[in-house]
Amino acid sequence: MIDARNFTYMFYGFAAAFVILVVYVVSLALRERKLIHEIDRVRRMVEREK
Amino acid sequence: MTQTRDRILFVLAAVCAVLLCVDFYKIFLILPDEANQGAIYRIVYVHVPSIFTGFTGFFVALAASGAYLVTGKLKYDAFAAAVTEVSLAFATIVLATGMIWGRIIWGIWWAWDARLTTMLVCWLIYAGYLMLRRAIDEPTQRAKLSAVVSIFGCVDILIVWKSIEWWRTQHPAPVLSVRDGGGMGPGMEAPIYWNWLAFMCLAAILVMVRTRQEQRSREIDSLRRMAHSY
Repeated sequence: MIDARNFTYMFYGFAAAFVILVVYVVSLALRERKLIHEIDRVRRMVEREK
Repeated sequence: MTQTRDRILFVLAAVCAVLLCVDFYKIFLILPDEANQGAIYRIVYVHVPSIFTGFTGFFVALAASGAYLVTGKLKYDAFAAAVTEVSLAFATIVLATGMIWGRIIWGIWWAWDARLTTMLVCWLIYAGYLMLRRAIDEPTQRAKLSAVVSIFGCVDILIVWKSIEWWRTQHPAPVLSVRDGGGMGPGMEAPIYWNWLAFMCLAAILVMVRTRQEQRSREIDSLRRMAHSY
Protein backbone atom coordinates (compact mmCIF):
# COMPACT_ATOMS: atom_id res chain seq x y z
CA MET A 1 0.00 0.00 0.00
CA ILE A 2 2.85 2.40 0.74
CA ASP A 3 4.28 3.60 -2.56
CA ALA A 4 5.24 6.79 -4.36
CA ARG A 5 1.66 7.31 -5.64
CA ASN A 6 0.63 7.84 -2.02
CA PHE A 7 2.74 10.99 -1.81
CA THR A 8 1.54 12.23 -5.20
CA TYR A 9 -2.12 11.83 -4.29
CA MET A 10 -1.55 13.29 -0.84
CA PHE A 11 -0.13 16.35 -2.61
CA TYR A 12 -3.19 16.39 -4.92
CA GLY A 13 -5.48 16.30 -1.87
CA PHE A 14 -3.88 19.29 -0.15
CA ALA A 15 -3.52 21.12 -3.48
CA ALA A 16 -7.23 20.56 -4.27
CA ALA A 17 -8.26 22.06 -0.91
CA PHE A 18 -5.94 25.03 -1.44
CA VAL A 19 -7.16 25.63 -5.01
CA ILE A 20 -10.85 25.49 -3.99
CA LEU A 21 -10.23 28.08 -1.26
CA VAL A 22 -8.18 30.34 -3.55
CA VAL A 23 -10.81 30.20 -6.31
CA TYR A 24 -13.51 31.10 -3.77
CA VAL A 25 -11.46 33.99 -2.31
CA VAL A 26 -10.75 35.33 -5.82
CA SER A 27 -14.47 35.10 -6.69
CA LEU A 28 -15.25 37.04 -3.47
CA ALA A 29 -12.70 39.74 -4.39
CA LEU A 30 -14.10 40.09 -7.92
CA ARG A 31 -17.65 40.32 -6.55
CA GLU A 32 -16.53 42.97 -4.04
CA ARG A 33 -15.04 45.09 -6.83
CA LYS A 34 -18.18 44.70 -8.96
CA LEU A 35 -20.41 45.72 -6.01
CA ILE A 36 -18.33 48.83 -5.26
CA HIS A 37 -18.56 49.93 -8.92
CA GLU A 38 -22.30 49.21 -8.98
CA ILE A 39 -22.97 51.13 -5.75
CA ASP A 40 -21.08 54.17 -7.13
CA ARG A 41 -23.01 53.97 -10.40
CA VAL A 42 -26.40 53.75 -8.66
CA ARG A 43 -25.51 56.59 -6.26
CA ARG A 44 -24.62 58.83 -9.20
CA MET A 45 -27.89 57.83 -10.87
CA VAL A 46 -29.87 58.78 -7.72
CA GLU A 47 -28.06 62.16 -7.56
CA ARG A 48 -28.95 62.85 -11.20
CA GLU A 49 -32.63 61.88 -10.67
CA LYS A 50 -32.89 64.29 -7.71
CA MET B 1 -17.11 50.31 13.30
CA THR B 2 -15.08 49.57 10.16
CA GLN B 3 -11.84 49.82 12.16
CA THR B 4 -13.10 47.33 14.76
CA ARG B 5 -14.19 45.00 11.99
CA ASP B 6 -10.81 45.24 10.27
CA ARG B 7 -9.04 44.56 13.57
CA ILE B 8 -11.16 41.44 14.13
CA LEU B 9 -10.37 40.27 10.58
CA PHE B 10 -6.64 40.83 11.18
CA VAL B 11 -6.67 38.92 14.50
CA LEU B 12 -8.60 36.01 12.97
CA ALA B 13 -6.21 35.88 9.99
CA ALA B 14 -3.17 35.91 12.31
CA VAL B 15 -4.60 33.12 14.53
CA CYS B 16 -5.49 31.08 11.43
CA ALA B 17 -2.01 31.50 9.89
CA VAL B 18 -0.18 30.54 13.11
CA LEU B 19 -2.40 27.50 13.72
CA LEU B 20 -2.01 26.26 10.13
CA CYS B 21 1.78 26.71 10.17
CA VAL B 22 2.15 24.79 13.44
CA ASP B 23 -0.30 22.07 12.33
CA PHE B 24 1.23 21.54 8.89
CA TYR B 25 4.68 21.36 10.50
CA LYS B 26 3.37 18.59 12.80
CA ILE B 27 1.43 16.80 10.06
CA PHE B 28 4.23 16.68 7.50
CA LEU B 29 7.40 16.62 9.59
CA ILE B 30 6.58 15.04 12.95
CA LEU B 31 3.74 12.54 12.54
CA PRO B 32 4.75 9.19 11.03
CA ASP B 33 3.01 7.52 8.07
CA GLU B 34 0.01 5.39 8.99
CA ALA B 35 0.80 1.65 9.07
CA ASN B 36 -1.71 0.56 6.40
CA GLN B 37 -2.33 3.67 4.34
CA GLY B 38 1.10 5.30 4.24
CA ALA B 39 1.29 9.04 3.59
CA ILE B 40 -2.18 9.41 2.03
CA TYR B 41 -3.88 9.21 5.45
CA ARG B 42 -2.74 12.84 6.04
CA ILE B 43 -5.66 13.96 3.85
CA VAL B 44 -7.79 13.31 6.95
CA TYR B 45 -6.28 16.50 8.44
CA VAL B 46 -8.01 18.56 5.76
CA HIS B 47 -11.01 16.32 5.08
CA VAL B 48 -12.37 16.02 8.62
CA PRO B 49 -11.80 19.67 9.74
CA SER B 50 -13.44 20.82 6.49
CA ILE B 51 -16.59 18.80 7.12
CA PHE B 52 -16.72 19.99 10.75
CA THR B 53 -16.39 23.58 9.57
CA GLY B 54 -18.95 23.10 6.80
CA PHE B 55 -21.51 21.45 9.06
CA THR B 56 -20.98 24.01 11.82
CA GLY B 57 -21.67 26.69 9.23
CA PHE B 58 -24.80 24.96 7.96
CA PHE B 59 -26.14 24.80 11.53
CA VAL B 60 -25.35 28.49 12.05
CA ALA B 61 -27.23 29.17 8.79
CA LEU B 62 -30.14 27.11 10.16
CA ALA B 63 -30.21 29.29 13.31
CA ALA B 64 -30.03 32.48 11.22
CA SER B 65 -32.80 31.22 8.90
CA GLY B 66 -34.95 30.40 11.94
CA ALA B 67 -34.25 33.89 13.33
CA TYR B 68 -35.39 35.38 10.01
CA LEU B 69 -38.62 33.34 10.00
CA VAL B 70 -39.38 34.45 13.58
CA THR B 71 -38.40 38.14 13.33
CA GLY B 72 -38.72 38.87 9.59
CA LYS B 73 -35.46 40.87 9.67
CA LEU B 74 -33.54 40.59 6.40
CA LYS B 75 -30.16 40.92 8.13
CA TYR B 76 -30.57 37.34 9.41
CA ASP B 77 -31.33 36.15 5.88
CA ALA B 78 -28.20 37.93 4.56
CA PHE B 79 -26.10 36.31 7.29
CA ALA B 80 -27.59 32.86 6.55
CA ALA B 81 -26.75 33.26 2.84
CA ALA B 82 -23.18 34.30 3.61
CA VAL B 83 -22.58 31.41 6.02
CA THR B 84 -24.14 28.87 3.64
CA GLU B 85 -21.95 29.96 0.73
CA VAL B 86 -18.74 29.74 2.78
CA SER B 87 -19.80 26.37 4.24
CA LEU B 88 -20.47 25.06 0.74
CA ALA B 89 -16.86 25.86 -0.20
CA PHE B 90 -15.71 23.69 2.71
CA ALA B 91 -18.19 20.94 1.72
CA THR B 92 -16.64 21.02 -1.77
CA ILE B 93 -13.20 20.46 -0.20
CA VAL B 94 -14.64 17.44 1.67
CA LEU B 95 -15.90 15.83 -1.53
CA ALA B 96 -12.71 16.58 -3.49
CA THR B 97 -10.28 15.34 -0.82
CA GLY B 98 -12.47 12.28 -0.11
CA MET B 99 -12.41 11.31 -3.80
CA ILE B 100 -8.61 11.66 -3.99
CA TRP B 101 -8.19 9.54 -0.86
CA GLY B 102 -10.63 6.94 -2.26
CA ARG B 103 -8.69 6.70 -5.53
CA ILE B 104 -5.67 5.35 -3.64
CA ILE B 105 -7.31 3.36 -0.85
CA TRP B 106 -10.31 1.89 -2.73
CA GLY B 107 -8.91 2.12 -6.26
CA ILE B 108 -11.96 4.14 -7.39
CA TRP B 109 -12.84 7.83 -7.31
CA TRP B 110 -16.40 7.37 -6.12
CA ALA B 111 -18.66 4.75 -4.53
CA TRP B 112 -22.42 5.14 -4.28
CA ASP B 113 -22.48 4.14 -0.63
CA ALA B 114 -24.66 5.78 1.99
CA ARG B 115 -22.11 8.26 3.42
CA LEU B 116 -20.85 9.52 0.06
CA THR B 117 -24.30 9.70 -1.51
CA THR B 118 -25.91 11.54 1.42
CA MET B 119 -22.97 13.98 1.46
CA LEU B 120 -23.41 14.61 -2.27
CA VAL B 121 -27.15 15.16 -1.70
CA CYS B 122 -26.26 17.62 1.09
CA TRP B 123 -23.92 19.50 -1.27
CA LEU B 124 -26.64 19.59 -3.95
CA ILE B 125 -29.25 20.91 -1.48
CA TYR B 126 -27.05 23.83 -0.45
CA ALA B 127 -25.92 24.50 -4.04
CA GLY B 128 -29.66 24.57 -4.83
CA TYR B 129 -30.13 27.05 -1.96
CA LEU B 130 -27.67 29.46 -3.60
CA MET B 131 -29.22 28.95 -7.06
CA LEU B 132 -32.66 29.61 -5.61
CA ARG B 133 -31.46 32.92 -4.18
CA ARG B 134 -30.19 34.02 -7.57
CA ALA B 135 -33.47 33.05 -9.24
CA ILE B 136 -35.80 35.12 -6.98
CA ASP B 137 -35.63 38.93 -7.09
CA GLU B 138 -38.21 39.78 -4.43
CA PRO B 139 -36.23 39.91 -1.12
CA THR B 140 -38.95 38.70 1.28
CA GLN B 141 -40.00 35.77 -0.89
CA ARG B 142 -36.34 34.87 -1.48
CA ALA B 143 -35.60 34.96 2.24
CA LYS B 144 -38.62 32.79 3.18
CA LEU B 145 -37.95 30.09 0.59
CA SER B 146 -34.21 30.09 1.35
CA ALA B 147 -34.91 29.64 5.07
CA VAL B 148 -37.12 26.62 4.33
CA VAL B 149 -34.38 25.02 2.16
CA SER B 150 -31.80 25.72 4.88
CA ILE B 151 -33.94 23.94 7.48
CA PHE B 152 -34.53 21.04 5.09
CA GLY B 153 -30.77 20.77 4.40
CA CYS B 154 -29.96 20.34 8.07
CA VAL B 155 -32.06 17.17 8.19
CA ASP B 156 -29.73 15.70 5.58
CA ILE B 157 -26.71 16.66 7.70
CA LEU B 158 -28.01 14.43 10.51
CA ILE B 159 -28.42 11.59 7.99
CA VAL B 160 -24.84 12.14 6.71
CA TRP B 161 -23.56 12.07 10.30
CA LYS B 162 -25.36 8.84 11.25
CA SER B 163 -25.07 7.09 7.86
CA ILE B 164 -21.95 5.12 8.82
CA GLU B 165 -23.85 3.71 11.81
CA TRP B 166 -27.20 3.08 10.09
CA TRP B 167 -25.86 1.37 6.95
CA ARG B 168 -22.87 -0.75 5.97
CA THR B 169 -20.70 1.66 4.04
CA GLN B 170 -17.41 1.63 2.19
CA HIS B 171 -16.55 4.86 4.02
CA PRO B 172 -14.33 4.20 7.08
CA ALA B 173 -15.87 3.81 10.52
CA PRO B 174 -15.48 6.78 12.93
CA VAL B 175 -11.83 7.80 13.30
CA LEU B 176 -12.23 10.17 16.24
CA SER B 177 -12.23 8.91 19.82
CA VAL B 178 -15.28 11.05 20.66
CA ARG B 179 -17.43 8.59 18.70
CA ASP B 180 -17.97 4.94 19.64
CA GLY B 181 -15.45 2.66 17.96
CA GLY B 182 -13.21 5.51 16.89
CA GLY B 183 -9.67 6.37 17.84
CA MET B 184 -6.38 7.23 16.16
CA GLY B 185 -2.83 6.75 17.37
CA PRO B 186 -1.58 8.93 20.24
CA GLY B 187 -0.86 12.47 19.09
CA MET B 188 -2.48 11.86 15.70
CA GLU B 189 -5.94 13.15 16.62
CA ALA B 190 -5.08 16.56 18.09
CA PRO B 191 -4.07 18.23 14.76
CA ILE B 192 -7.57 17.49 13.43
CA TYR B 193 -9.11 19.69 16.16
CA TRP B 194 -6.46 22.43 15.77
CA ASN B 195 -7.04 22.47 12.01
CA TRP B 196 -10.78 22.71 12.68
CA LEU B 197 -10.12 25.80 14.80
CA ALA B 198 -7.93 27.28 12.03
CA PHE B 199 -10.60 26.57 9.40
CA MET B 200 -13.26 28.12 11.65
CA CYS B 201 -11.16 31.32 11.85
CA LEU B 202 -10.83 31.29 8.05
CA ALA B 203 -14.56 30.66 7.64
CA ALA B 204 -15.35 33.54 10.04
CA ILE B 205 -13.18 35.88 7.92
CA LEU B 206 -14.92 34.81 4.71
CA VAL B 207 -18.37 35.10 6.32
CA MET B 208 -17.63 38.65 7.51
CA VAL B 209 -16.52 39.67 4.00
CA ARG B 210 -19.49 37.92 2.38
CA THR B 211 -22.00 39.43 4.85
CA ARG B 212 -20.74 42.92 4.00
CA GLN B 213 -21.31 42.11 0.33
CA GLU B 214 -24.89 41.08 1.08
CA GLN B 215 -25.39 44.40 2.91
CA ARG B 216 -24.00 46.26 -0.14
CA SER B 217 -26.38 44.35 -2.44
CA ARG B 218 -29.31 45.41 -0.24
CA GLU B 219 -28.06 48.99 -0.31
CA ILE B 220 -27.94 48.88 -4.13
CA ASP B 221 -31.51 47.51 -4.22
CA SER B 222 -32.80 50.30 -1.97
CA LEU B 223 -30.94 52.99 -3.99
CA ARG B 224 -32.49 51.61 -7.19
CA ARG B 225 -35.96 51.73 -5.63
CA MET B 226 -35.26 55.31 -4.55
CA ALA B 227 -34.16 56.25 -8.09
CA HIS B 228 -37.34 54.73 -9.59
CA SER B 229 -39.54 56.61 -7.10
CA TYR B 230 -38.35 60.05 -8.30
